[in-house]
Amino acid sequence: MSELRFDNVSVRFGGPRHGLTAVDGASLTVPDGGVVGLVGESGSGKSTLARVAVGLAPLHSGRILLDGQPVSHRGRRRPVQMVFQDPYSSLDPRMTIGESIAEAIPPGSSRAERREEVDRLLELVHFDSRRAIAYPDQLSGGQRQRVAVARALAGQPKVVIADEITSALDVSIQGAVLNLVRELQRELGLSMLFISHNLAVVRYVASHIAVMYLGRIVEYGPAADVLTDPQHPYTRELLAAMPGSEAGRTLAGQAAAIEPADPHHPPAGCRYHPICRVGPTVLPEREICRTTDPSLDHLHLAACHFAKSATPSGGDQPADPPPARPAQSEPTTRSSP
Amino acid sequence: MASGARNTADRWLRVLRTPLGLSAGALTAAVLILAVVGPILWTDQASKIDTDHILAGPSSQHWIGTDGLGRDLFYRVLVACRLSIELALLATVIAVAIGLLLGTAPLLLGSRAGRLMTAGVNIAVAFPGLLLALFFAVIFGVGAKGAVLAIGLAGAPTFARLCQTLVAGIAERDFVAAARVAGVGRLRVLFRHVLPNIAEPLAVIATIGAGGALLSFAGLSFLGLGVQPPSYDWGRLLQDGLSGIYVHPVAALAPGIAVILAGLAFNLFGESVAKGLGVAASRVTVQAGGEASFAETMMPPDHVEELGEAELAESGQESVLDVRDLSVTFPGPSGPVRPVRGVTFAVHRGEAVGIVGESGSGKSLTALAVARLVEEPGAVDAGRLSLLGTDLLVGAPRVHRELLGTSLAMVFQDPMTSFNPTMRIGAQLAEVARYHQGMTRRQAFARAVDRLRAVRVPAAERRAHQYPHEFSGGMRQRAMIGMGVMGHPALIIADEPTTALDVTVEQQVLALLQSIREASDVAIILISHDVTVVRAVCDRVLVMYAGRIVEDLPADQLATGAKHPYTRALVAAVPDMTTDRGQPLAVIPGRPVEPAEVPIGCAYAARCPLADEHTRREDPALVTVAARHRVACWHAGEPFDITRDEADVTADLASTEELS
Amino acid sequence: MSISPVATADTPMGGPVATGSRVTSVLANAWVRFAVRRLVRLVVSLWVLVTASFLMIHLIPGDPIRGALGPTAPQAVVDAQRQALGLNDPLLSQYGHFLHGVLTGDLGVSLISQLPVSSVISDRLPATAALAVLAFLVALAVAIPLGVTMGVLTRRGRGRRAELAFTTSGVVLGTIPDFLIGVGLVYLFGVHLSWFPVAGRSGPNSYVLPVLALAVGPAAVLARIVRVELVSVLEADYVRTARAKRLPAATIYLRHALPNALTAALTVSGLLLSSLVAGTVLVENVFAWPGLGSTIVQSIVLKDYPLVQGTVLVYGAGVLVVNTGVDVLLALLDPRSRIREA
Repeated sequence: MSELRFDNVSVRFGGPRHGLTAVDGASLTVPDGGVVGLVGESGSGKSTLARVAVGLAPLHSGRILLDGQPVSHRGRRRPVQMVFQDPYSSLDPRMTIGESIAEAIPPGSSRAERREEVDRLLELVHFDSRRAIAYPDQLSGGQRQRVAVARALAGQPKVVIADEITSALDVSIQGAVLNLVRELQRELGLSMLFISHNLAVVRYVASHIAVMYLGRIVEYGPAADVLTDPQHPYTRELLAAMPGSEAGRTLAGQAAAIEPADPHHPPAGCRYHPICRVGPTVLPEREICRTTDPSLDHLHLAACHFAKSATPSGGDQPADPPPARPAQSEPTTRSSP
Repeated sequence: MASGARNTADRWLRVLRTPLGLSAGALTAAVLILAVVGPILWTDQASKIDTDHILAGPSSQHWIGTDGLGRDLFYRVLVACRLSIELALLATVIAVAIGLLLGTAPLLLGSRAGRLMTAGVNIAVAFPGLLLALFFAVIFGVGAKGAVLAIGLAGAPTFARLCQTLVAGIAERDFVAAARVAGVGRLRVLFRHVLPNIAEPLAVIATIGAGGALLSFAGLSFLGLGVQPPSYDWGRLLQDGLSGIYVHPVAALAPGIAVILAGLAFNLFGESVAKGLGVAASRVTVQAGGEASFAETMMPPDHVEELGEAELAESGQESVLDVRDLSVTFPGPSGPVRPVRGVTFAVHRGEAVGIVGESGSGKSLTALAVARLVEEPGAVDAGRLSLLGTDLLVGAPRVHRELLGTSLAMVFQDPMTSFNPTMRIGAQLAEVARYHQGMTRRQAFARAVDRLRAVRVPAAERRAHQYPHEFSGGMRQRAMIGMGVMGHPALIIADEPTTALDVTVEQQVLALLQSIREASDVAIILISHDVTVVRAVCDRVLVMYAGRIVEDLPADQLATGAKHPYTRALVAAVPDMTTDRGQPLAVIPGRPVEPAEVPIGCAYAARCPLADEHTRREDPALVTVAARHRVACWHAGEPFDITRDEADVTADLASTEELS
Repeated sequence: MSISPVATADTPMGGPVATGSRVTSVLANAWVRFAVRRLVRLVVSLWVLVTASFLMIHLIPGDPIRGALGPTAPQAVVDAQRQALGLNDPLLSQYGHFLHGVLTGDLGVSLISQLPVSSVISDRLPATAALAVLAFLVALAVAIPLGVTMGVLTRRGRGRRAELAFTTSGVVLGTIPDFLIGVGLVYLFGVHLSWFPVAGRSGPNSYVLPVLALAVGPAAVLARIVRVELVSVLEADYVRTARAKRLPAATIYLRHALPNALTAALTVSGLLLSSLVAGTVLVENVFAWPGLGSTIVQSIVLKDYPLVQGTVLVYGAGVLVVNTGVDVLLALLDPRSRIREA
């Protein structure tokens, strides 16, 4: 397994005038054997980041590197594989699940070898390999998602991207799929980009957490650090929004409705400034937020001029250091065995 | 073995079982047979010239008369069948082939060339087929060959467009994306994934197209641009007959009827197949069931759920809502289906009650039934259903209209679709006040603005004049709540109000509900699949499984005090911010029970580690086990391993698969 | 469907809706943008049409003039005719000449009658246009009330027999080509009952049968669409919301269901009207109607190519303009404009 690095990646859709920059200069590293949880609201660009990594969306600028080499999106061998959100759409209803998995096995093996590999993969995801001849419509959602995971593994990937793989499943099944993800990661040492809107789910599986807002990565770091010591106000907002958070409840109770930002017309400066609780709308002297785009910086990485400052003390304002790369952050040991 | 193939055959057979499909299919077969045998049997009779009976009317000798050379028209109509069908099928093949080529080209050529192709097809489609056919008829010359080419080419753009739509529909599915990610080439994606999935609709469209081609051909021949003498098809016969329609109408009508019958045969056959394929799933739910099925007769009588003693004492003066033994029944293909089976609960003033359960557990339907919004053919039965002491089961629905309109508010799941897109938000809110509170248009609108302000929609005055699509999701959900508080609700029923929203917005909406509840002592029923949401907002939680309440307990006891194995597993299956990352999550094996397949005993038995013979035989009643705590389980509170080994789970999955 | 909290997928299209005053201006722009896009497409389509009708005469195998005048015509006459039509010039200059002619309203001279094509067309166009517009109005007037009534009667799977009968007869009537309906009408009302004249254009009575023949098919198709749209709108979430507001049934149907069903159903009316225009070709031939439809057919049979070019051009342009016009108009009426998104 190996390291996947997004280096200043941008993705644009549509023409120059009415286009949309879904991902705007995002940098992120999935360390070798680590699981990076990517959270953010709908429209933040997290799924687009996944799709560009596997070649389903066009890379506008920047680089996507696998162990230092640009990721190839040509030929039959694709080192980055993806598991999709909706298992009801990601398996061809006209193919048996065995055929679907076999199709993803890189060429060069005999028929018997392929069959053996399909059996092995199905066992790996705890699916009875005798049922490889079943069609998707005979399976439940959770079973389909297991098969989809097996298919992604069939490509012998170096990195797997999981895009909201539990959100289309019933709650009783989610747990089983998350257990599977953790087990595979542990046994195979998979590098993984795990995308979810649910911070609790991400917390459960990820060693690192990245937070995305309007096409930008606004915070990135070891999971424990980001969760216990969030630097970016948006991350703090997300944490406070978790059901049961008392602080969040009082905060939200006072809030008037906040207009979500328009990704077609992102605000100048820091993209979060119009709704930031510690930004220029609350603290007028923080004009820099309106004008200057912050870079990923601070303890772990947070893109905020006033990271971790609830009051305008201003002492920790950065002196514009060279932009740090996520790659420089060391993969920390995970809090669980 | 090959379920895909089997299902396909099944579906086509099912089409033939409908009266329309059967008659259309039989007619199509008859036309095709006639096309084959007609010329073999009757060419001689059809071309025999009988100078004694020129332009004769119907007689016993000539059933529908003769033409200008005394040839028998009946046989000519029969013989003409082959040429008409042949030419029509030929034209259809041309149209389908070109259409398929143009339609799949965007997939193979990539986005830029594909867009150009699509634009070209779009332009060609704007011209009606007849006009294109005339254009090509000019180029290819008058005659059968020219007409076939003309109709084939004229039909191609339409087919290309349909193919493009079908292909695009498949191409955006994730399995195509998955194949591309796996490095599968475009050509293979086309042949392996796309074509097999569009083959069925394509066959249907081609069948309908053949009917259309047949009729177009008749049109061209009728104009004198198609088949030329001495050959004849139906259109030619029609044109010959029309000139003498005053003296000899049958000569024109007979070929006309033949054309229509054959065209309709193809068309109706295609349409009924299309309907059979498309509506297959929904037929099950709407079709009215006649006799009671085996499952129905075996179904045990519903338990009347026991209302907690404390609640019984309280109900009466303080309860906002009182529901006893509520059931909802729908007719099914094999007898009635009951997705809600005897639900009993009460909600007190200012109380927040959560209902949790998986999809299909009946939680939303319970809410709709309580709000009297279940429509035919669904039927609601209850021992008691009263809102603010008024029995909603007594009297006509319109009697309760004002009470329900002002005292009960509903907030639905999807704020994007729950507002009328063609009306301004303010007007949609104002309606409530105009109909139930007798306000004028101006007063009602002012109240709407006031209520929008109350739910903290910024710039409420301006916003009230906007259409729903100009609101974001969170803002719409606020407006929906604002609509609920146009009256003076005693109860707000919110059905998954935040499922479609982002977390930060979700929290704001929940907080808004909470503040409304505190400000005016409004009771809330919050329906959600998310235990964490319900736990954070509600005082009391009802857990539903397979149409019944299996546990009713205080929200703060969910984590530690739950007694039903389902509740306990449900809570442990969903990670929250305190879940131990070192432990696997709880797993509930198998899948939820379908409302049509509810077993005799405890519905949860098949997935329950505590289930035994008794559990499978007899459904436990909901009984009070402690103050404010009711459970329906024979083994309530017994310990079990909540995170069983994955291997066990797989075995269970396999066994439940065999059963289902 | 299972619940998916991120149903609003994380794709660029599903992004948050734009806000505030900007939306209003963007919305105004959105319609303008749509109209401009449609106009550009119209211009391109018209250019394709003009070019195609120019090329038509050159795509015909052999010498079109020889074909038109017959094998017995003296070579000198054929040559003179070719010269007069400019067929001996280089193709590009012929094209330029043709374009110039189209733009100035000069469509050449009929080979047979030697009359200017433009005057033949302007003589005949009103009769055809009157037929098409009348038939369209009749189709709307019949289809909308019929579709709405059937929609209400068959909502939520009720009246399955009525639905089957309606759908089947809709398919049947929609399938039978207009000229065959015409033949049937001629037989029934002209020959059998002698109520209406069956040929020519003379007074209001003569309109009845051709208009009916043209209107039946589109009316059947539109009525089916109206019904389907109404039935699906009645299942929509916002109708449930209206019921939750406990509004009177009439209000739910008239204010909440009908406008939405109609705007959706009428998106096809542009196509319907243009297919109706094309339908006049056949129907005019049944009723000997002195319009463009009979002209186009006669000119094709007689190989009067300048006249064919001119009539094809006018028919095609008429269809395209009508189609675009109706679409742009409907987009203006619909606040969300489903057409624009389609």
